[in-house]
Amino acid sequence: MNQRPLVAVVVFPGSNDDHDAAWALGALGAEPVLLWHGESELPDGTGAVLLPGGFSYGDYLRCGAIASVAPAMDAVRRFAADGGPVLGICNGFQILCEARLLPGVLRPNHQLEFVCRDVAVRVENAGTLFTSRCLEGQELILPVKHGEGAWFADEGTFVGLGARGQIVLRYAEDVNGSLGHVAGVVNERGNVMGLMPHPEHAVDPLLGSADGGLLLAGLVDAAARHVLVAA
Amino acid sequence: MKATILVRPKEGILDPQGEAVESSLRKLGFTVGPVRVGRVIDLELRGETSPEARAEVERMCAELLANPLIESYEIRLEEA
Repeated sequence: MNQRPLVAVVVFPGSNDDHDAAWALGALGAEPVLLWHGESELPDGTGAVLLPGGFSYGDYLRCGAIASVAPAMDAVRRFAADGGPVLGICNGFQILCEARLLPGVLRPNHQLEFVCRDVAVRVENAGTLFTSRCLEGQELILPVKHGEGAWFADEGTFVGLGARGQIVLRYAEDVNGSLGHVAGVVNERGNVMGLMPHPEHAVDPLLGSADGGLLLAGLVDAAARHVLVAA
Repeated sequence: MKATILVRPKEGILDPQGEAVESSLRKLGFTVGPVRVGRVIDLELRGETSPEARAEVERMCAELLANPLIESYEIRLEEA
């Protein structure tokens, strides 16, 4: 029996971090499977889903808007409704917000410049599936590379998220005009998370940081548990 | 029939694109107040304008064309 939990990486036209994500997941003990967005079912035995970074559909209309209605997203919705762990990175985060699987929306950076550098991100809630290998207050060094990463939600939503621990990651500085320096949020149930920084580009000291491995290893752990629960 | 949908950044929502355009217009010597940048979507539909057709375009806006968190929209219908 295959002990490596299967993680489906959904590939949209314009995704460009799908292979890095798959490589990182493989290095962390998962069995990554690239899934074309036109597919309407996830592979049997899927333990987790990762929506990768990139520029799906050329960011037409709004970032992530067109990808959010792709056939594969119906499967992702059903998987999430069954409690399956789903992680969206960068464009994947934008897609999850547009799909209303996560609260808020990602808007153009306030400085109207593409940011591409390593940033410090603080773990605000170490009790989620995705941060189970992190410590509360821990600072992770992760690269960001986005033009539309300013997370925004209305005041009531923002306050509620903070009170319920759904703001999982915050930038240690103002990176893009994101409300409350939010870098990553989780849904109320705790099984769907999105973040703008790229953990898949920070899984080895040779890449400048291995901190991203902590988040992705949390996803792999959650995938293994979900496979057991679903079996 | 034709539908024209005007999508705008909601009032009170920061519009960095509008601000950049405003600043460029000022550099060109124009005296302008706040500038907001939105989007126009033109589409053609079968049939004639009707409350049902309007309701359908409303659904398009809610499901895809606009994000109600940050955008407002206005629908105009006309016979082709």
